[in-house]
Amino acid sequence: MITKMTHTCIYVLNQDSAYDFYVNKLGFKVHTDAPMGEGARWLTVTPPEQPELEITLFLVAEGAMFDKDTVQTMTTLIMKGTFGAAVFTCKDLLATYEELKLKGVVFKKPPKKEFYGFEALFIDDSGNWFSLAQINS
Amino acid sequence: MEQYEKIYLYQRIVRAKLFIDKQYADKIDLNNISGQAHFSKFHFIRLFKSIYGRTPNNYLIKIRMDNAKILLAKGYSVLEASIMVGFDSPTSFASMFKKIAGKTPSAFHKEQEMKRNAIQTNPLLFVPNCFSETYGWVK
Repeated sequence: MITKMTHTCIYVLNQDSAYDFYVNKLGFKVHTDAPMGEGARWLTVTPPEQPELEITLFLVAEGAMFDKDTVQTMTTLIMKGTFGAAVFTCKDLLATYEELKLKGVVFKKPPKKEFYGFEALFIDDSGNWFSLAQINS
Repeated sequence: MEQYEKIYLYQRIVRAKLFIDKQYADKIDLNNISGQAHFSKFHFIRLFKSIYGRTPNNYLIKIRMDNAKILLAKGYSVLEASIMVGFDSPTSFASMFKKIAGKTPSAFHKEQEMKRNAIQTNPLLFVPNCFSETYGWVK
């Protein structure tokens, strides 16, 4: 039986910028930042209170995985805000919302009451969107 | 959302939290921090704790230790890290670090040095094989 998720990917358009967004703005911790040769980089971060889940900030770039057309298509889709990548939770949504706004994070939906608590939606530096939720205890 | 009515309180507490995040290496205390939020100390501590789950002083210690870990992981010495996060005494720093991290700063420093070396010599050790193969990173 499956027990846990240990790695997941978020496709980003620039790893330096993604590092700044996820580490300096969202407050995630760097797990591994390893050069893989030829400009490739294995960059994983973890949510502050979930050190066992590595989120790979994977660059959309031409190479073994993506050909030129795929890179163009993915770049367009990511920038258009097509992909909702994950739900993050916090203890106090309004405080987190205010803090992230002060740090320059763009929200596409402000905090709103939902049946499970409160939710807001923000966008990362590439265009991926995320739910930020405060779940009822 | 009833909390909306108190948004100005949130904004002041959040600014105080960001003040700690930015000035943690300086000699800041509760007077500086509560002054940032324009609250009485008692009111400030109560609100801060209700939002962040710990007192401003405890939060300051946490931020100092979190940043010390980052510095030690980058290769700074224990003495350098202790000064850079605002401790006058390396002994107090080591004692606080051990209390929070469960190991001495020297042990943490050594552990991180080994990880850095391993990343340099064999980065594929840190990448699940499915990713290595897919992206053409061969062992």
